[in-house]
Amino acid sequence: MGVTTWLRGVAKLEGLTRVLGLNFFDFMILILLIVIPLLSGILSFAIKGDGAKTLGIISSVISLALAVYVSSTNFSQPISYSHEWIPMLGTQFSLMADGMSGMLVLLTAIVTMVVMISNANKETENAGAFYGFMLLSQAGLMGVFLAADALVFYVFWELALIPVYFLCSRWGGEKRIAVTFKFFVYTFVGSLMLLAALIYLSLQTPGLSSYAWSDIARAGASLPEIVQIRLFWLVFIAFAIKMPIFPFHTWQPDTYEQSPTPVTIILSALMVKMGLFAVLHWLLPVLPKGVAYWSDTVVLLSVIGIVYASCIAIVQTDIKRLIAYSSIAHMGLMSAVAFMHSGVGMHGIMVQMFNHGINITGMWLIVSMVEERWGTRDMTKMGGMATVAPRMAIAMVIISLANIALPLTNGFVGEFMLFNGLFTGDGGAMHIGVMVVAGLGIILGAVYTLNMIQKSAYGNVTEMVVKKDLSINEYAGLAIIISLILFLGVYPKPLLDLTAGVAEMIVR
Amino acid sequence: MKAIIATTIFGVIMMFAGLMVSNKKSIVAIATMLFAALLGVNIWDLTATSADAANNLYFNNMLRIEHYSMWFNTLMTGCTLLYALLMGKEIIKVGMHVAEYFALIFFILCGLYLLSTYNNMLMMFIGIEILSIPQYILAGSDKRNLKSSEASLKYFLMGSFTTGILLMGITLLYGASRSFNIMEIASMLNSDALNPLALAGILFIMIAFAFKVSAAPMHMWTPDVYDGSPTPFTAYMSTVLKAAAFFAFLRLFQVSFNTLSAHWTLILAIITAATLLVGNVTAVFQQSVKRMLAYSSIAQAGFMLFAVLAVNKFAWQGIIIYAAAYSVATIGLFSVLVKLKDFTYDGFNGLAKKEPFLAFTASIFLFSLAGIPLTGGFMAKYYVLLAVVQQGQLMWLVIFALLMAAISVFYYFRVIIAMYFKPGNPEMSSTLTTGDKLMLGITCALVILIGVAPQLFLNGI
Repeated sequence: MGVTTWLRGVAKLEGLTRVLGLNFFDFMILILLIVIPLLSGILSFAIKGDGAKTLGIISSVISLALAVYVSSTNFSQPISYSHEWIPMLGTQFSLMADGMSGMLVLLTAIVTMVVMISNANKETENAGAFYGFMLLSQAGLMGVFLAADALVFYVFWELALIPVYFLCSRWGGEKRIAVTFKFFVYTFVGSLMLLAALIYLSLQTPGLSSYAWSDIARAGASLPEIVQIRLFWLVFIAFAIKMPIFPFHTWQPDTYEQSPTPVTIILSALMVKMGLFAVLHWLLPVLPKGVAYWSDTVVLLSVIGIVYASCIAIVQTDIKRLIAYSSIAHMGLMSAVAFMHSGVGMHGIMVQMFNHGINITGMWLIVSMVEERWGTRDMTKMGGMATVAPRMAIAMVIISLANIALPLTNGFVGEFMLFNGLFTGDGGAMHIGVMVVAGLGIILGAVYTLNMIQKSAYGNVTEMVVKKDLSINEYAGLAIIISLILFLGVYPKPLLDLTAGVAEMIVR
Repeated sequence: MKAIIATTIFGVIMMFAGLMVSNKKSIVAIATMLFAALLGVNIWDLTATSADAANNLYFNNMLRIEHYSMWFNTLMTGCTLLYALLMGKEIIKVGMHVAEYFALIFFILCGLYLLSTYNNMLMMFIGIEILSIPQYILAGSDKRNLKSSEASLKYFLMGSFTTGILLMGITLLYGASRSFNIMEIASMLNSDALNPLALAGILFIMIAFAFKVSAAPMHMWTPDVYDGSPTPFTAYMSTVLKAAAFFAFLRLFQVSFNTLSAHWTLILAIITAATLLVGNVTAVFQQSVKRMLAYSSIAQAGFMLFAVLAVNKFAWQGIIIYAAAYSVATIGLFSVLVKLKDFTYDGFNGLAKKEPFLAFTASIFLFSLAGIPLTGGFMAKYYVLLAVVQQGQLMWLVIFALLMAAISVFYYFRVIIAMYFKPGNPEMSSTLTTGDKLMLGITCALVILIGVAPQLFLNGI
C-alpha cells in the first residue's frame, strides 16, 4: 500500500514540475554530478606529473559545490532528469534525487574531496592513472545513487567497481592481485544475479519492458508472494555482498587491508553504502512480501555478523584489519534495522550512513598517517603518539569516540535512532533479543577501539620512521572530518531534515 | 540476392588476382576493396528487400529473404571487412597463397548468405558445406606446421562425419513430412501426434548443428582445431563462421520446429548447460591465451544457444547482437594476440608498460567478452537472457549461465592482470603502426557503441 501512495505522490510532483517549467540548472545538475568526475577522470589519464592531483582537487571541490546545492534544495519536489536511451528495451537514462540520494551524493562529494586533500602530499606512482581511476569511481558512485532506472542503476553499479579493481590491483599491498580478484569475483557474481532479477522484473511491467524505478517497484510489489520469496535472494545477494553482511563478508577484511588507503576509504565509506542504499531503494519497496518473509533471516545474519566481527576485531593487532572488522559490525547493525520495518530506525539508517561514512574516513586517514610514521600497522609495535604527535592523537581520540557513538558526537545520534528502531520495530518477540545482542556489539566496539587508542596513542614512544605531527593538508582533511563529527553531534537537524521524508516513505 | 552472385564473382576474381598480381600487399588491398564493395552490395540488397513476403522468394522458393537475414548478412560482411583491415598483414605471413585465402573467405561468405536465407533443407545443407570446406582448407593452410595439418585433417574427418548425421536427419524429416521446404515442414508436423521419424530427424539435425557451433559434448574438435590453425584464420572461424552456423540453427528451429519445442527444449537446455560448464571450467586451466580463446568460444556458444532455446522475437535480436558483439571483440582480441610472439599468459606480462594502447584495447575486448556493462558483450548477454527469461521455463538455466559467466571472469581477467599488474617485457612479432592503432581504436569504439546504443545494430528488427 505504502509504495503506491508514494508513487502517486512522486507522479503528481513530476507533473507539477512540468507545469511550472524546469529551471535549466536544476535539470542539468544531476548530469553534471556524474559528468564532471567522469570527464576530469578521463582527462587525468592524459596528465603527467602533479597536474593530476590539482585536477582531482578542483574536480572534487566543484562536485562538492554541486552536491551541496542538490542536498540543500527541499525535496518536496524531487529533481529529476530523463533522456531516451534504448527505447526498444524500455530503458531511459533517467536520474532522480530525493533526500536519501541527496545525502549520499553529498557524502560521496565530501569523502572524495577529503581523500584528495589528504593525499596531496603523497607521491603516487603513475599519478595520472591513479587519480583518473579515483574520479571514475566517484562518477560511478554518483550514478548509482542517482539512477531512477534499473538498467542505468545496474550499469553504474558495475562501473563503480571496475576503477576500484584497477586501483587495488595496481597500487595495493603485497597480496593485492589475488585479494582484489576475489573481491571482484564476489561482487560480480552478485551483480549477475541482480541482472537476472531485473530482467525478470522488467518483463512483469506493463508493456513487458520498462526499467523505470516506479514501474519496477509497482510490478515487483504486485507479484505473488512465492515469486517474491524466490526473487528476494537473487536481488539481495548482490547487496549483501557489497554491504557486506555475514557470511558474504569474507572478501572485505583482506581487500581493505591490501588496498591503498584512499581506495580503502572509497570502499568502506562509499561503496558499502551502495549496498545499503540499494536495499532501501531497490529491495524494500520492490519486493515487500519477499522482504517480510526473509527479514528474520537477514536480521539474524546481521546480528551474528555484529558479534562475530566485533569478537574478531578484539584480537586483531593490525589496525587496518581491526577497523575493517569494526566496519562489518557497524554495517551489520544498519542492515538489521533495515529489515525491522521501523520509521525511526529507517531514519536512523540514513543518518548513520552519513555519519559512518564520515567517521570511517577519519579512521582510515589516521591509520594511514600512523602507518606512515611507524612504518607498520601492528599495534603492539606502536606507542607514544600523544607525546610525539599530540594533534594527531587528539584527532584519533575524537574520531574513535565518534566511532563508538559517544554522546555529542555524530555517531551517537544515528546509533541512538537505530536502537530505538530495533526496539520499536516489528521484529516480533525477537526484537528485544536482537537489541541486547546488538548492544553487546557496542560494548565490544568500545573494547577494541579504546584498546587501539591505548596501544597507539599512549605508552612509551617506540621507534618511528618519520617523526612529525600533522602536515598542513592532513590537518585540513582531519579538520573537515572532525568539525562534521562535532557539528552533527551537537546539531544533527539538517541531516535529519534532509532524510526525514524518504525514511517515512520507505516504511510506509 | 545480388550479394550471393557478387561474392562468388569476387572469389573468382581473387583467384585470378593470385595469378596476375605478384605483390602480396596489393592482393590484400584488392581483397579489402572487394570486401568493401560486397558490403555495399549487401546494403543495396537490404534496401531492396520488399515488405511483401511473396516477392522475397528466390530461385524457385529455395531462398526466402527477411529483413533480419539481410541485416545479419550486412553485419557479418561488415565484420569480415573489419577482419580484413585488422588482419590483412597477418594473413600475408601465413603462407604462399594469399589470394586463395581471400578467395576462400569470399566463398565462405557465399555459404553464410545461403545459411541466413535458406527456405529449403537442401539449401541449408549446401550452405553448410560451402561454409565448411573452405574452413578445412584454411585450417591447414600453414602447410609447414604439423599442428595446422593435424587441425585440418581432424576438422575434416569430424566435419564429414557430422555431415552424414545432418543428411540422415534431413532424410528422416523428409520421410515424416514429405517436404524439404522449411515452411511446409512446420505445417506438416503436429506436436500432439509427432511421428517418431520426425523426432529422430530433429535430434540428428540438432546434433549436427551442435557440432558446427561447438556445443558440448560435440565440442572436442574445437580446441585442437582453433589452436592448430593459423591465428588469423582461427579468428575468422571462431567468430563470423560460428555466428553463421548459429543463425542457420536458429532459423530452422524457429521456423520449422517452433511448435514442437516441448519435444526438444529440454535436450537443448542440457546441451547448453553442458556447453557452458565445459567451456568455462576448462578455459580456466589453459596456459595459452589462444587455447583459452578456443574454450571461451565454446563458453560463448553456450550463451548463443540461449537464443535458439528461446524461439521468440527476442531470439533474433539476441543472436544478431551477440554475433556482432562477440565477433568484433574476438577479432579485436585476436588481432592483439598476433602482435605478440608468445601466446601464453606470461607472454602478456608487462604489455601495458610497453604498448599501453594495445593493452587498453585488449582490456576493452576482454571486458566485452566478460560482459561488463557499456560494452557490446553486456548487451549481447542481456538480449539472450531477456529472450530466455521471456520464454519463462528455464530460470534454472539462466542462473546457472550467470554463475558460469562469473567463472569466465577468471580467465579473461587473467590476461588483464598479466598486462597491467605483472612485470615483464613482452616480445612483439611485429611493430605497431599508426594504421594498426587506428583500426584497433575503431574496433574498440564499435565494441562500446554496441554496448551503448545496441538499437543501431538491430536496425529495427
